[in-house]
Amino acid sequence: MSAALFEYLLRLGDNTLVLGHRVSEWCGVAPALEEDIALANTALDFIGQTQMWLAYAAEVEDKGRDADALAFRRDVWDFRSLLLVEQTNGDFGKTLMRQFLFDAFNVLNLTALVGSADVRIAEIAAKSVKEAQYHLERSRETVIALGDGTQESNRRMQKALDVLWPFAGEMFVVDAVDTEMQKAGIGPDLAALRGEWVAIIQPVLTSAMLTLPESDFAHKGGKTGVRHSEHLGHMLATMQFLPRAYPDAQW
Amino acid sequence: MYAQMIKSEATLDDPEKLAAFQARIDAGDKIEPKEWMPEGYRKTLIRQIGQHAHSEIVGQLPEGNWITRAPTLERKAILLAKVQDEAGHGLYLYCAAETLGVTRDEMTEMLLDGRMKYSSIFNYPTLTWADMGAVGWLVDGAAIMNQVPLQRTSFGPYSRAMVRICKEESFHQRQGFDIMMKMCKGTEAQKNMAQDALNRMWFPSLMMFGPSDKDSTHSVQSMSWKIKMNTNDELRQKFVDQTAPQAEYLGLKIPDETLAWNEEKGGYDFAEPDWDEFFEVLQGNGPCNVERIEARQKAWDDGAWVREGLMAHAEKRAALKEAAQ
Repeated sequence: MSAALFEYLLRLGDNTLVLGHRVSEWCGVAPALEEDIALANTALDFIGQTQMWLAYAAEVEDKGRDADALAFRRDVWDFRSLLLVEQTNGDFGKTLMRQFLFDAFNVLNLTALVGSADVRIAEIAAKSVKEAQYHLERSRETVIALGDGTQESNRRMQKALDVLWPFAGEMFVVDAVDTEMQKAGIGPDLAALRGEWVAIIQPVLTSAMLTLPESDFAHKGGKTGVRHSEHLGHMLATMQFLPRAYPDAQW
Repeated sequence: MYAQMIKSEATLDDPEKLAAFQARIDAGDKIEPKEWMPEGYRKTLIRQIGQHAHSEIVGQLPEGNWITRAPTLERKAILLAKVQDEAGHGLYLYCAAETLGVTRDEMTEMLLDGRMKYSSIFNYPTLTWADMGAVGWLVDGAAIMNQVPLQRTSFGPYSRAMVRICKEESFHQRQGFDIMMKMCKGTEAQKNMAQDALNRMWFPSLMMFGPSDKDSTHSVQSMSWKIKMNTNDELRQKFVDQTAPQAEYLGLKIPDETLAWNEEKGGYDFAEPDWDEFFEVLQGNGPCNVERIEARQKAWDDGAWVREGLMAHAEKRAALKEAAQ
């Protein structure tokens, strides 16, 4: 049980860590000052959620590691982040589309986790879901505005959707860990969330004058750690540089 | 201090109006945007507040440089929050400047084509994690020296922006000092990193206050208008007097052999920075001038389609709303 729970918590914490890192890469170079502030805010929320998820993961693992050790001392194959959140920022449109696809999932997943049989998970989810709802509100509005903006902004948003779509399906893939969590009343049935997720995104994409790709093909391998994207290694090389270069130092 | 070398504009207004305006300032009144003000006052303020705003925005870059490499989750969150605060300061300041009849976009264009400046300090690179400490401790420390008195400046919106900004800046300075403490109590490598950061940042920090009073020709008018509250040398002295004991506490050595307490004047004697270097940096020859402006230019150009898209959507929404009424 604790092995599956540890794995499950890593998935939650690694998604927020990796996406928080990606979003933080925008700091200082966003298209407008208001967006810069909003993106930093989103990144901050994700780093805060990461601290909670990974701290709990470390406790469950009980091998003397803490949240920082998990974030900064694991290599690619030990990460359990979705392929979607590892994708590079690209232009602002791709960043916001990635955010929107994830936010819609995150709100549903966290809402379910608020009722988790695991009290700690329920508490963390209750704190995080309010932030996630706000993220969704923002990314939804921005996707609509840019989709239904100029021809150029519509073209870019459609391209972002097309590029990211094959990475969205992994959010709803159920494996043995998910099944064990569901049986224990800890986590939701991810496959069942897919319908609700489509119900959130479909009207938004319609308002945004965007077309949902027909293919349901989904890349897999991020959340199981079996096959991450090449991008993740580069991200970790940057992110983990200091703790790796000065292993004895306290910061 | 994020505004340097602000040239006061000459003013050609009616002498009676000018005298009445000066009397209000001397009486401690706040001047509000819709009230009469001399043209020179308005232009000088646009330049000063604009430069201050640009400094906040360009100042995001050297610190943003370390957000993705912050060594712990907590340090990453603190640094992100700090850089986000700076963007917020930029926003209040642009808003304060806009009340004087210039738009944010116009100011951005002027930054990008070199007509407006930002503080010289942000043209220096941040090379190690200790620089995040040194920037908070020294650069924010120097900025506070200047900004605390500016809370009493005569222009209402600027003064109110300063009140908010100062609260956050003191928090930033404490965080910077906290990073330095951790480094100085840490491993040999961390101590060396901290000393190296101080060595590189010390003189550029002293330059933030601008040239010596004897070479600073623009102060008199700005001081009588209460746009500038203290002279460059007064603030620099205050900064050194505050910082030298802190360096000693950290066990770091300020890179100035002449630095010594002077009982008679009740302050430290210290070496002037290399003013030739300062003027070179202002001319565009600092270590990072080109990169900083390139980064801002790229953000501006890459963001054009987003700004246009958002604008087009807002117009469509407004048209729909109008049609519905």
